[in-house]
Amino acid sequence: MLKQFWAAVEATSISTAVRESTWLFPTIESIHVLSLVVVVGSIMVVDLRLLNLASRQRSVRELTDEVLPWTWTAFVSAAITGTLLFSSSAHRYAGIWQFETKMCMLALAAVNMGIFHLGAFRSVAHWDQAPAEPPLAAKLAGGISLGIWVTIVALGRWVGFV
Amino acid sequence: MLDLRLVGVAGRRQSLTDMAGRFLPWVWIALVVLLCSGIILIIGEPGRELQNIMFWIKMSSIAAAVVLTLIFQQVLRRNKGFWDRHRALAALLGSVSLLLWVTVIAAGRWIAYVAHG
Repeated sequence: MLKQFWAAVEATSISTAVRESTWLFPTIESIHVLSLVVVVGSIMVVDLRLLNLASRQRSVRELTDEVLPWTWTAFVSAAITGTLLFSSSAHRYAGIWQFETKMCMLALAAVNMGIFHLGAFRSVAHWDQAPAEPPLAAKLAGGISLGIWVTIVALGRWVGFV
Repeated sequence: MLDLRLVGVAGRRQSLTDMAGRFLPWVWIALVVLLCSGIILIIGEPGRELQNIMFWIKMSSIAAAVVLTLIFQQVLRRNKGFWDRHRALAALLGSVSLLLWVTVIAAGRWIAYVAHG
């Protein structure tokens, strides 16, 4: 059934266009890379702050308020372009373990983020400013996030060479 | 991010001088890592890259962006607060640099799709 679904995806006009055009795939891929650079870069700024390794002079709250809108905008763009690239050859990508692991990692990143926002981030006001350090739970969230995103980038690149 | 701050669309709550001090060391460290890994990739398949026009577009864009960043940093070092006082100039520098890095990424991706020669 999944097989038929991927076949149906590949049969859509958009996916056919991406597959058959000489310039569409690299163009969309360029936008995808540009978006993911912003997503990962901005996430790393926040992660490093949570780990107390960078931007220590700035309040965590201020930093997240400022950076995360960029992260989400770029993420939407990366998700759309990623879906387009995927659809060009859906059944092939769906069968590659690097791609499957990458999607699981994205889900894991979401879970990590959810736990952080419902947990340590609620008391952010108490550890927001310089001499105070982020609590262990926040450092853990930052470290895990850093690891997950590095893995996602590595797997994403790998998919292109399978 | 630094470019967007220069242009003035992001991060307006901190001064340019502060932000540059915080970000530039990371920029240089990452650039060195990129150079090293990039050179290894070229050694792996020299013909494919060195004969590719997209590769040279990418290299010249990087060179231009690096020069701009160095100018930015030198001016800042000699004259703290210069860029905070000259907003228009900072915005121009940021826009050009942003454009160059977008070119770098696009050209880099296209290396893989352009035929040799």
